[in-house]
Amino acid sequence: MKSFAYLRANTIAQAAAAGTEFRQFLAGGTTLLDLMKCGVEQPDTLIDIGRLPGLDSIGHRSGMLSIGALAKMSHVAASATVKAFCPALSQSLLEAASPQIRNMATIGGNLMQRTRCAYFRDPAFAACNKRTPGSGCAAIGGVTPNHALLGASSACIATYPGDLAVVLVALDAIIRIGGAVERTLAAADFFLLPGDTPHLEHPIARDELILGIDVPLTPASFRSTYLKVRQRHSYEFATVGVAAAIDLEDDGQTVRIAQVALGGVATIPWRVTPVEAALIGKPFDEAAIRAASNSAIEGARTTEHNAYKLDLIPRAVARALLSLKDDA
Amino acid sequence: MTEDVHSLFIVNGAECDIVHDSRLTLLDALRDELQLMGTKKGCDHGQCGACTVHVDGERVLSCLTLAAQAHGRQVTTIEGVAEADGMLHPLQTAFLKHDALQCGFCTPGQIMSGIACIAEGHAATDDDIREYMSGNLCRCGATTGIIAAIREAAGR
Repeated sequence: MKSFAYLRANTIAQAAAAGTEFRQFLAGGTTLLDLMKCGVEQPDTLIDIGRLPGLDSIGHRSGMLSIGALAKMSHVAASATVKAFCPALSQSLLEAASPQIRNMATIGGNLMQRTRCAYFRDPAFAACNKRTPGSGCAAIGGVTPNHALLGASSACIATYPGDLAVVLVALDAIIRIGGAVERTLAAADFFLLPGDTPHLEHPIARDELILGIDVPLTPASFRSTYLKVRQRHSYEFATVGVAAAIDLEDDGQTVRIAQVALGGVATIPWRVTPVEAALIGKPFDEAAIRAASNSAIEGARTTEHNAYKLDLIPRAVARALLSLKDDA
Repeated sequence: MTEDVHSLFIVNGAECDIVHDSRLTLLDALRDELQLMGTKKGCDHGQCGACTVHVDGERVLSCLTLAAQAHGRQVTTIEGVAEADGMLHPLQTAFLKHDALQCGFCTPGQIMSGIACIAEGHAATDDDIREYMSGNLCRCGATTGIIAAIREAAGR
């Protein structure tokens, strides 16, 4: 690991102002330290924001579920408020990582985890536009059973690995940003497509940090779920992740609101508006759900090894939606 | 060039006051600075759970924790779970009874994780135990014995 200066920040302002352009914020550190050991991340300064006061609250106000950036994944997942008002959010956290990592990793850090593939993680592969802009992509033409089918570019096909953000994007959550000035971003706008600049993953400056997230509490967020299909039963990245939320008209039959997003298959948390559009106004029954779920792969481009997901994605979407039916 | 940091934390009730390279992990601090060799370095990347310890009462991975992050915290390692008179922790006793190890390398991490698993209330069913012990790998395949030991220590 490359040597670095270490600074414990006591205030948000101090954290934002400290260090150089090569510094990084340290919260739980579960991804950052791993990537530093791999030689992928090489900050010259770590600003430890783990002790900043007042950023670990979990509560609701004004129709929003409000979670501080430093709340631990395990604490948020176990929160009775979160489980009751937004079950998908709790599920996405419980099905992520391991119990130990969930006790360390924070909500803000979870959102800042790098989009990464095995080639990115191993500097023995020199070609990685995400690690070294302009160097090429070792994954393209490589072994790619879990690389992205959606949102990929000729520069990068790494899959966004997180679960939480898939739920946040589906539920139109808001990311609160602090630093020099406070501002907010829609969760969907927080993740950048790789395009020609896969090294840029979020539209925030290096002196900005996440203060928290707000999730609108709606009838759909109450009726939400996160389904994670994976190779191992636990402690494994998603092969396909599906966040789904539904609200029905007063007739109890017709879909009023559908919110669906995918993880494990795209370069960013991937909202599937074609599925949502196909559901709205239709009866919430198996035929309509299966028909709508087929449009989840609109725009997908496969590699040599990941075409199996063309079958898997619609089935996973349908399974998630079916679990939200009254008689499920 | 190294960058020194001052950290002070409590390990198994004893004060640990060290000036150290910023890169020092809690795992290496325990093993190399404090000579507490019970906590094991397996993968050193947060994948195997052999380095599991408790910080402020919660199980964490000491390999992905900087020693500097432990500043002001209470750390408990496998050396700190038995009674002062040498009486083993009930989960240690259950591991012996159920032959819950072969090579033993993962065992300290398994026990630290298992103690937390029971305290969290995640040992009510064998499925729960499997799910909430998924961050600890046993490559010898003693998993059946590990589950039996946790089940017994949980009072089922």
